[in-house]
Amino acid sequence: MAAEVMLMNEIEAKAASMAIDLNIDFNSIQLPRGEDCGIVSDDEDVYHDDQLEFDSGFGNVIVVDNLPVVPREKFEKLEGVIRKIYSQIGVIKEDGLWMPVDPETKKTLGYCFIEYNTPQEAELAKEKTNGYKLDRAHIFAVNMFDDFDKYMRVPDEWAPPEIKPYTPGENLQKWLTDEKARDQFVIRAGTDTEVLWNDARQSKTELVYKRSYWTESFVQWSPLGTYLATVHRQGAAVWGGANTFNRLMRYAHPQVKLIDFSPGEKFLVTYSSHEPSNPHDANRVVINIFDVRTGKVMRDFKGSADEFTIGGAGGVAGVSWPVFRWGGGKEDKYFAKLGKNMISVYETETFSLIDKKSLKVENVVDFSWSPTDPILALFVPELGGGNQPARVSLVQIPSKVELRQKNLFSVSDCKMYWQSNGEYLAVKADRYTKTKKSTYTGFELFRIKERDIPIEVLELDNKNDKIIAFAWEPKGHRFAVIHGDNPRPDISFYSMKSSHNLGRVSKLTTLKGKQANALFWSPGGRFIVLAGLKGFNGQLEFFNVDELETMATAEHFMATDIEWDPTGRYVATAVTSVHEMENGFNIWSFHGKLLYRILKDHFFQFLWRPRPPSFLSAEKEEEILKYLKKYSKKYDAEDQDVSMLLSEQDREKRRMLKEEWEKWISEWRRASEEEKLERHRLRDGEASDEEEEYEAKEVEVEEILDFSEEVLFEE
Amino acid sequence: MRPILMKGHERPLTFLKYNRDGDLLFSCAKDHTPTVWFADNGERLGTYRGHNGAVWSCDVSRDSMRLITGSADQTVKLWNVQTGSQLYTFNFGSPARSVDFSVGDKLAVITTDPFMELTSAIHVKRIARDPAEQTEKSELVIKGPQGRINRAVWGPLNRTIISAGEDAIIRIWDSETGKLLREADKESGHKKTITSLTKSADGSHFLTGSLDKSAKLWDTRTLTLIKTYVTERPVNAVAMSPLLDHVVLGGGQDASAVTTTDHRAGKFEAKFFDKILQEEIGGVKGHFGPINALAFNPDGKSFSSGGEDGYVRLHHFDPDYFNIKI
Repeated sequence: MAAEVMLMNEIEAKAASMAIDLNIDFNSIQLPRGEDCGIVSDDEDVYHDDQLEFDSGFGNVIVVDNLPVVPREKFEKLEGVIRKIYSQIGVIKEDGLWMPVDPETKKTLGYCFIEYNTPQEAELAKEKTNGYKLDRAHIFAVNMFDDFDKYMRVPDEWAPPEIKPYTPGENLQKWLTDEKARDQFVIRAGTDTEVLWNDARQSKTELVYKRSYWTESFVQWSPLGTYLATVHRQGAAVWGGANTFNRLMRYAHPQVKLIDFSPGEKFLVTYSSHEPSNPHDANRVVINIFDVRTGKVMRDFKGSADEFTIGGAGGVAGVSWPVFRWGGGKEDKYFAKLGKNMISVYETETFSLIDKKSLKVENVVDFSWSPTDPILALFVPELGGGNQPARVSLVQIPSKVELRQKNLFSVSDCKMYWQSNGEYLAVKADRYTKTKKSTYTGFELFRIKERDIPIEVLELDNKNDKIIAFAWEPKGHRFAVIHGDNPRPDISFYSMKSSHNLGRVSKLTTLKGKQANALFWSPGGRFIVLAGLKGFNGQLEFFNVDELETMATAEHFMATDIEWDPTGRYVATAVTSVHEMENGFNIWSFHGKLLYRILKDHFFQFLWRPRPPSFLSAEKEEEILKYLKKYSKKYDAEDQDVSMLLSEQDREKRRMLKEEWEKWISEWRRASEEEKLERHRLRDGEASDEEEEYEAKEVEVEEILDFSEEVLFEE
Repeated sequence: MRPILMKGHERPLTFLKYNRDGDLLFSCAKDHTPTVWFADNGERLGTYRGHNGAVWSCDVSRDSMRLITGSADQTVKLWNVQTGSQLYTFNFGSPARSVDFSVGDKLAVITTDPFMELTSAIHVKRIARDPAEQTEKSELVIKGPQGRINRAVWGPLNRTIISAGEDAIIRIWDSETGKLLREADKESGHKKTITSLTKSADGSHFLTGSLDKSAKLWDTRTLTLIKTYVTERPVNAVAMSPLLDHVVLGGGQDASAVTTTDHRAGKFEAKFFDKILQEEIGGVKGHFGPINALAFNPDGKSFSSGGEDGYVRLHHFDPDYFNIKI
């Protein structure tokens, strides 16, 4: 494009003389790659980053090569054939099929361009017809138009890659070294996303970083808290840094909907689903797995949504996220996907299937990984009207050896709950009663770390009780169950150990008639919040499971979300924008004291920044516990200082406010005095300013309503 | 403190006003009939019949002889407080929203809503001592281009007029010339419609309430922002205690959204704030709709609130109230 500067009226005049319509829909204009006509994009993200190339505008164009070369007479026939082939795959744009002709011979050149409505269709057409045999001599070679451009740009001469000198990166874990040992969290309200310190000592927050329009749908911390991921139309990005948040990496994935980190945060899985051009087809699903640090795509999966929707009892429609579940603890060694009659387990060395084939399991509907070990628990439902019982089995990866199996009879549904250390697995089995008209629930408890993996069956005291919630104590041996059909259900606590027998489950207590429907254990165990969300309007009970006593009851009216901070010191409760009113969050101490409360309209998200696991050995931790008094002295002193300082500051602030107010009052008195005479004049001389200092006198009025005398005779 | 429930209106309350002696309480509502009550026991004393539309506000003269009311029937009426008879009717081309007597009761400032092609306006009328001599003539008309003006009151010595309304900006006008003297700072000012404005007893400062869920205290002469009180609900009504350093905010969720939520979620509370420290000190519950009107008895020992629910609630404070320490 010539870089001439024209005045607008010149352009209009010229356009008029050439009969060009200037009323252009600017959104329809797509400039060639690398050409911005000198217009600086106001989107700083797009403008500054050349590393990633998103839409060039020709992503929906394919080039079909190896067509027959035909003379003019046969042109239309060939065009018809091509149109027929390619319009089966997607909607070709109007005038979207172009077959160039040699201007001299009038013969076709043996290739054509096809423009689809969407890049997805173009890609699908490429996949489906590359290598299509029109006849023996003409085997289609189909390429994306963009690819030509890409390969053309490869320089002919090999140039040695530039070696950049090593620059040490920022300490991405610096937030862990906070002097006051505070934790961070991210909130999203309106268009703003903020990362804040929870300064519980001062009962307030301290801003770390704030940005408007940081993400287009949501934010998510990586599992160890190193990165904050944002989601955009063009892909996902991760942010982090020592003192602020810089963009560390971007992951191109157009229209990404969901993201998931591997537990060791080495990999990022991104997911998008695209409307098919043919409404009868299923949505097209694209899943990419990126290396978080390099940003490289390690593996991509594309296919129709049907291939990703298997699983969940009864095979409910819709992809269940995450599609890929990570196993083997924090090493990020394996990931697996549920398929039809199989579980596909991949390993991350080569990003291919283990032993090059999936694990065949007839009719498998659900599986889950142990949080710490490469062990899979899978569930196969009952088949053949009860002839073949339902089954839960544990499979070791990569050996694919079945460690343990349990057959379950007349089971309608199963749910698996792993304890966070992978020591126990609880399988909640809903069984039909003999009449098959109703169900009751029992638990199969697996002790994974013990020899031969013993299984124990647990039924509730009243086995017909409906189970409302189940939760393991993190790193512990206890679990809590909310059960019952009453409006106010019961909550029971169990331990996997009994006082006499370490291998037997025992009930600790049952709390009757609680307004709770959700359980939130402290990440450190021992404490639990029994919460009544939704119908219970945000009832909270802070319970100590060691002492089996309630520490506090409270309410956060209409609370929708509850989350413990990663250290188990504080609890955040939030009312998100599902409710119109009262949006915002409360921060509580672990024992249920409200520390502070922040209101924000259009409140969407509250997420504590996770912490990586502690480096302290078990012995060291025990030692600290033993000498806790010694260590805590220092912190107690600090706390005292802070509270002294606070009350001092508070007093100072009040004094200032009062002083300031006094100044206003005296100013007003003065002005009022000045205007006194004028005011009297306005009131026709009624001198009554003093009356404005109102004085109320109490007047007692006694009124005799009736008076009569009666003489009473005595017998 | 058991409130006295005063049921006399059939439609939502719009405005409440005590006379200077604090023995009478005037109430306006969307049901056409302003009502006067004994401020002590809540007994109904009488009504003022004659309006043909919602009555938006009223004011009573210092000697408690004259009542002025502004109504959606496009009139402002003067009444004899004692007899309830109409003395005079001012006619306008659009609904009258706010009325306020000047110091000395010789002038009244009236605001009218934008209607059809008419813009909103502030009118100053001279109030004759003898109703027979009353004329329609305006002393001054200020045409406001900016949305509805919800409240206009006199500044010190009747030299200025303070107006506030839908465009969220408080303005001070010269009451002689109609010139705009001051505009509140946009940065620190309200962000949404100002619903109410009330002056302190000595007129030195005033309090505004807004749908932006806050109330602000301003200096009348300089229009300096002095305090901001933040709440969780849109504020429809504000009042200041003449006795203690307390302000009261009333409001609640939009009337249109009321039926969709629990009454507890509506927060139809009158919220008390410390005037100086700007901290919330308490709340008075009771209404089952948003609070539209609030007024303090000039003795500071009772206050009343009027709700969308059609009730006026009259509260006499307990002795503890006068010893609140924070």
